[in-house]
Amino acid sequence: MKKLLKSKSLIFTAVLIIAYILISVLIDQGKFTRSQQAIMLRMCSNIILAMSLNLVVGSLGELSLGHAGFFCAGAYAGGYFAVHAGLPLTVSFIIALIIGGIVGAIFGFFISSSILRLRGDYLAIVTLAYGELIRSFAKIIPALGGTRGLIGVPSLGSRGDQWMYMFAVVIITFVLISNFTRSRHGRAINSIRDNAIAAQSIGININRYKVMTFTISAFFAGMAGVVFAFFKGNVEPADFTYNLSIEALLMVVFGGMGNLVGSIIAAAGITALPEILRDAAEYRLLIYAISLILLMIFTSNPKLVELRKRFVPKTLFASRRKEGVTNGNA
Amino acid sequence: MQVFVNFIMDGLNLGSVYALVALGYTMVYGIAKMLNFAHGDVIMVGGYTIYIVFLQKDMGIAAAVIASVLICSVLGFVIEKLAYRPLRNATPLSVLITAIGVSYLLQNIALLTFTSELKLISSFIKLPTFNVGPVRIEGISVLIWITTLVIMVSLNNFIQKTKTGKAMLAVSEDRGAAQLMGIDVNKTISITFLIGSALAGLASALYIAKYQKIEPYTGSVFGIKAFAAAVFGGIGSIPGAALGGILIGLIEALAIGYLPDSIRPASDGVAFAILIIMLVLKPSGMLGKTKIEKV
Repeated sequence: MKKLLKSKSLIFTAVLIIAYILISVLIDQGKFTRSQQAIMLRMCSNIILAMSLNLVVGSLGELSLGHAGFFCAGAYAGGYFAVHAGLPLTVSFIIALIIGGIVGAIFGFFISSSILRLRGDYLAIVTLAYGELIRSFAKIIPALGGTRGLIGVPSLGSRGDQWMYMFAVVIITFVLISNFTRSRHGRAINSIRDNAIAAQSIGININRYKVMTFTISAFFAGMAGVVFAFFKGNVEPADFTYNLSIEALLMVVFGGMGNLVGSIIAAAGITALPEILRDAAEYRLLIYAISLILLMIFTSNPKLVELRKRFVPKTLFASRRKEGVTNGNA
Repeated sequence: MQVFVNFIMDGLNLGSVYALVALGYTMVYGIAKMLNFAHGDVIMVGGYTIYIVFLQKDMGIAAAVIASVLICSVLGFVIEKLAYRPLRNATPLSVLITAIGVSYLLQNIALLTFTSELKLISSFIKLPTFNVGPVRIEGISVLIWITTLVIMVSLNNFIQKTKTGKAMLAVSEDRGAAQLMGIDVNKTISITFLIGSALAGLASALYIAKYQKIEPYTGSVFGIKAFAAAVFGGIGSIPGAALGGILIGLIEALAIGYLPDSIRPASDGVAFAILIIMLVLKPSGMLGKTKIEKV
């Protein structure tokens, strides 16, 4: 407990807490419509999912398209517990969160241990396959309700109460992950992203850190799943297609890979966008796709990166990766 | 026994279409060194082209197939030029994310244009069914097998014998050295995409002949399974792609046929499980080359 928060994340934690209290009050006063309230709750699980994916994509520099699978495992595990335990709601929610996280982490551990030899494209496609496989299994296990899914996950009370519980999980996750990324381990993981061979040569155990990153990330993805299960009240296999993984990836990329605060803002924005752009809701996904492509071209094309360095003041992109190492390894 | 033979026939059909798609993946991956995530969605676009030309405009089978091949190859060429070429020297991660973006884009354009409703194209290519002993063989199966075989052999010849094909091999081996030898790397990669996408157009015709339906998400799952086939056979290898496609098709057909009803909803998982097992145990595939990584 030397220093739980550095000044930068301390400020953002304060912002989150203020938002938390403000929105609770506003919900209690009935300032939001029902659909707006639902979107805010959906936001909570999306933000946690985006932060957890950011750990893999931003810090480790590998692409996981299987986070929907961890999310699915967590949602089913936590949901199953909540349906059958019959404990008081608060206790049940907390234990379900832990169970969902641990089940997610177990999947994360075994899956990442099996793919240590893979990188880049292959790693991405294998995680996608694992995610789909987890979903397929959920479909055929009778105790989980088969293709109909799990029904009757208890509600945490009114929308205001739900918000209190769920956004608290968001804040806790933010504090934990932002501390982890700035720890000794977090820096070791960043060094693997920037240059795996150099990292190995100074004694960083790449395999150990890869497994660690995936396990921790899957833990939080599992918790996000539990939050989702409690918000929705039921869990069905159709909720966890690989489109969910892609949506989480969108949040991470739009927020800036490796930037936790960015992930939170992007996740909140992407979840709220259908409500904001009611008239253009049909074109929402089209806009995402085009902006994703343009964003990648503008941030990764070597010529454009040169151009940007020349014309844009350095401070604006100071938190970005150092340019020299981007070609080293990924 | 007869049931078993029918499953095998089904598997061969499915496998031949997979093989044709896997050829596209394997060429692009082998030469441009990138996973073209949008390849499956190019097939979907080809399917809708056939839907428009054949059903709505009623212009006949030949016109539909030609239109599909043309549109797909132009689409592949344009995608490469606009989205992938600017990132030629960028990190693999950003190229992959861009490819996912292109796939997402094509799906959503299809969704907006044609809605998510399943479109049936039931009378596309009709051929008589005949019996060889106790085995029923559909005419369309024979067409699929012959097409795949012809394409595979001619593609292999094209790459081994022609100048452009050899340039592709050189680019695949060492892009920098190929450029020093006077090979136009960009042009070679463009041609690769053109051919790969033309194969996707042909594959979409065979897909529709066999399955008679199309929807915006047809391409993505089908594409991933075909990629599994390409990996199974060894990425970059043309006979490997064909072999991998046939094997994945056979395994999937047998799994669907023989799995108990309670497990059947998970039959999509079979191809994914094969992909995982293959990549975990032998990432270079059955006929692929192992590459040693150098600093």
